Amino acid sequence: MIRRTRAPLALVAGLGLMLAAACGGGDSGFSNSTGGNASGGGATTGVKLTMLIGSSGDAETKAVDDATAAWAKKGGNTVTVTPAKDLTQELTQALAGGTPPDLFYVDASKFAGLVKANALAAYGDQMPNKDDFYPNLLQSFTSDGKVYCVPKDFSTLALEINTDMWKKAGLTEADYPQTWDQLDAVAKKLTTGGVTGLVFNDTLDRVDAFMRQAGGSLLNADGTAFTADSPQNLTGLQFVQKMAREGTLKFPKQVDTGWGGEAMGKNKAAMAIEGNWFVGGVKNDYPNLHYAVVPLPRGSQQATLSFTNCWGIAAKSKNQAAAIDLVKYLTSTDQQIQFAKAFGVMPSVKSASTQFSQQFPDQKAFVDGAAYATGPTSLPGFDQVQKDFDAKILGLSNGSSDPKAMLAALQKNGDAALKANN
Amino acid sequence: MTSSVGSTTGTVGTGELAGTLEATAAPPPRRRRGRGSALRRQERWAGWLFVLPGLAVLIIFLVVPIGLAFYVSLTRWDGLSSPFGGGARFIGFDNYKSLLTVDNLTRQNFATSIRNNFYFVLFVVPLQSALALFLAVLLNNKFLRGRSYFRTAFFFPSVTSSIATTLVFLFLFSGGGAVNQLLGYVGLHGPNWTADSRGVFHQALGAVGVDSPPGWAQHEFFNLSWWDWLSGPSVAMIVIITLVVWTTSGTFMLMFLAGLQNINEEVLEASEVDGAGPWQRFRLVTLPMLRPTLILVLTLGLISTWQVFDQIYLTGNNPATITPAYLSYNQSFQNSAFGIGAAIAFLLFALIIVLAALQRRLIGTGEDD
Repeated sequence: MIRRTRAPLALVAGLGLMLAAACGGGDSGFSNSTGGNASGGGATTGVKLTMLIGSSGDAETKAVDDATAAWAKKGGNTVTVTPAKDLTQELTQALAGGTPPDLFYVDASKFAGLVKANALAAYGDQMPNKDDFYPNLLQSFTSDGKVYCVPKDFSTLALEINTDMWKKAGLTEADYPQTWDQLDAVAKKLTTGGVTGLVFNDTLDRVDAFMRQAGGSLLNADGTAFTADSPQNLTGLQFVQKMAREGTLKFPKQVDTGWGGEAMGKNKAAMAIEGNWFVGGVKNDYPNLHYAVVPLPRGSQQATLSFTNCWGIAAKSKNQAAAIDLVKYLTSTDQQIQFAKAFGVMPSVKSASTQFSQQFPDQKAFVDGAAYATGPTSLPGFDQVQKDFDAKILGLSNGSSDPKAMLAALQKNGDAALKANN
Repeated sequence: MTSSVGSTTGTVGTGELAGTLEATAAPPPRRRRGRGSALRRQERWAGWLFVLPGLAVLIIFLVVPIGLAFYVSLTRWDGLSSPFGGGARFIGFDNYKSLLTVDNLTRQNFATSIRNNFYFVLFVVPLQSALALFLAVLLNNKFLRGRSYFRTAFFFPSVTSSIATTLVFLFLFSGGGAVNQLLGYVGLHGPNWTADSRGVFHQALGAVGVDSPPGWAQHEFFNLSWWDWLSGPSVAMIVIITLVVWTTSGTFMLMFLAGLQNINEEVLEASEVDGAGPWQRFRLVTLPMLRPTLILVLTLGLISTWQVFDQIYLTGNNPATITPAYLSYNQSFQNSAFGIGAAIAFLLFALIIVLAALQRRLIGTGEDD
C-alpha cells in the first residue's frame, strides 16, 4: 500500500518540476515591466548590487573591482562584479530569465534593442553632471529625447603612424596627412616590399569613417530612414577602393595579422586606423614600436567614429537608487581619470579632458576626435546587415566587389531591418 | 532558447541521472497470469515509479525545451525579456515564411548556409567513412606490430577538444602558416586559406577558362544565382573539411574495427579456400558483412555533419563557411532574432529527417528485408 500512495506523489513532484521548467523566468514570467523613467526606488545603504561587465582584461576587471569596493565601503553596501565572457549573450540570458544584474555595460550599437525591450531604466536626468558628458556620446544613449544611461568612457578612431618608417621615407612632421590626397600620397611613398602604407580592418566600423568624411551617413538624422545609397557614401567607398586596388591599403587578413596594431608592430604596415585601444595593445606586445597619433585626414569634412559603452541600469532592478549613486561615483572626473590610468580608456566627461591630455599627450588626437565623432548604427537586426557588408570589403582590392552594388545592398538590407522594427 | 529552462532546473542533477540508470537496469515486470488483477495494477505502478526519474529528465531536458523552442520559432522575440510576457509577439509561421519565401538578407544567408553545409556533407561523409574503413582494415591485420599504439594514435583526434584542434588548424592554415611554408618549398604559393571565400568549383572552371557565369546560371534561386549554388566548397571550407575528416574518422574507425572483429574468421577462410583473392575477399565478403556498421557510420556522419558548429564558430562569421547551425546561433544571439534562429533549427531538423529517410531508402536499413 505504501508504494501505491507514493507513486502519485512522485508524479506530482515531477509535474511540478516540469511546470517550473516551462515557466522559465519564474517570478517575472508574466509581468510586463514598463521601463521608462527610473523610479530611483530602494535604499542607498546596506544594498547588495550585482554588476555584469564586458571586461577587456584583468586590468579592467581589477580597476572596476577596486572602484566599486571603494564605493561600497563608503555606504556599507556590497557590489558583486562579474566579468562576462560574452556580454551580449550573457546579458540576453539574464534579461530573458527575468533576473538581470542591477548594472551592466551597454554597447552603443545594442542600445536601441534594449530600449525597445524596456530593459533599461532612464536615469540620465538624475545625473548632476549630465551636461559635462560629451553631447555626441550622450546622443548614442538617447531615445525619444530621453537620456537612458550615461557613457562610462569612449574611444575614437585616429591615424597611427610608424615614425621610424616615416623618417626613413624622408618625411617630416609637416607631412602628416590632413587630406585624402595627402594620405594617398604618403601611403604610396611608404609602401615598399613587405610594408603596406595603410592597414585597417575590413569592417563598416572603419570604412564608415571615410563615408562620413565625404559627407555621407548611413541613417538620416532622426534615424527613420536609411541613406546608405548616396553619392557621398559612394565617394568615400570609392576612395577606399582606389587605395585598396593600388595596394597602398591592405586589410589585416591580407598581411596575415588580426588588426592594424599587430600589422604595425610586425612592421607590415606603416600606418593604421585604430582607436585608443591601440596604445595599450602595442605597449605590451611591441614595446619597440615608435609611433605618432594624428587625427584622421579630412575628405570634404572632418569626421571620425566613436565607440562607447554606458552604465546601463536594469528597469527591473530593485536597487535603482543605489545603482544610480554608484554610477555617479564611477563617472566622476577623478574616478574616470583613475580608469584611464588603469586600462587606457578615455573619460567621457569634458572636465577630464585637459587632465587626460596632460597625462597622455600622445593621445590628444583621440580626445580631440570627440568633437566631430559619430556613434555606431544602433538598430536591432543591423548586425547581419553589417556583416554582409563587411564580408564584401576584402573584395574591393581585387575588383570582385563593386562599391555601388555594396551600397545598394546595404540600403536594401538596412531598410528591411528598419521596417522589421516598426 | 533553452537557457531559461536550464537555469531553473539546474538542481536536477546527478541524483536523477543515477535514477535513470537504475530504471534502465531494472528488470521488466514479470507477467504472472492467473493472479489477481490488483497485484498487476500494483506492478504497473511500480514500473512507472522506476521509469519516472528517467522520464522526468527526458521531459525536462528534451521535450519541454523542444516545445519551448518551437513556440519561440512562432514568435518575434528579441531575447531581452521573458518570452511569456509582452516580450515575444506571436506571429504564426511568419519566421518560416521569411526564411523560405521572402526575398531578403535572412533568406540569402540561409540559402548560403545550406549551400555551404551541403558541400561540407558531400565531401566529409564519404571521405571520413572511407578513411575510417581503410584505417580499420589496416588495424585489423593480426600481423601488424604495435596495433594498440596505432589504434590510440588514430583515435586521439576524436577525444581532443574540437576547440583545440580547430585553433591548431587555423594556425597551420593561416596565410603565413606551416602549410603555406611547406607549399613554398615546392614553389607553390598557397592561398590565405581561412579568409578565402572563393568556391573551388569556380576556381577549377576558371582554370579551364570559364570565369563568368553562363547565361542560364545567372538566374536566381533562393537569393543565390545558380552560379553561386554551384560554387563548390570555399577554400576556407576545405580547411574545415580536412579538419573534420581528420578528427572524426578515428571514432568511426573504432566502429568499423568492432564490425570487422565480429566477422567470423571461418567465413573468410572458406572464401580463401574457394579461391578468392584479397581484394575479392574484401569486396565480396568483408564489405557485405560490414553493411550494418557501414549504415550506422553513414547515418551518424550525415546527422553530425549537418549540425557542424564548433569549427565554424571559431573560424568566424565568414559567409563562405556559415552553416545553418551557426546561423541559428548568430541570428539568435548576435542579431536578436530568436524566432528566426529557432525556425532555422526546426528547418534543419526537417532537412536531416528527410535526408536520413532518403538514405534509408537508398541503401536500406541494414537488417535483412
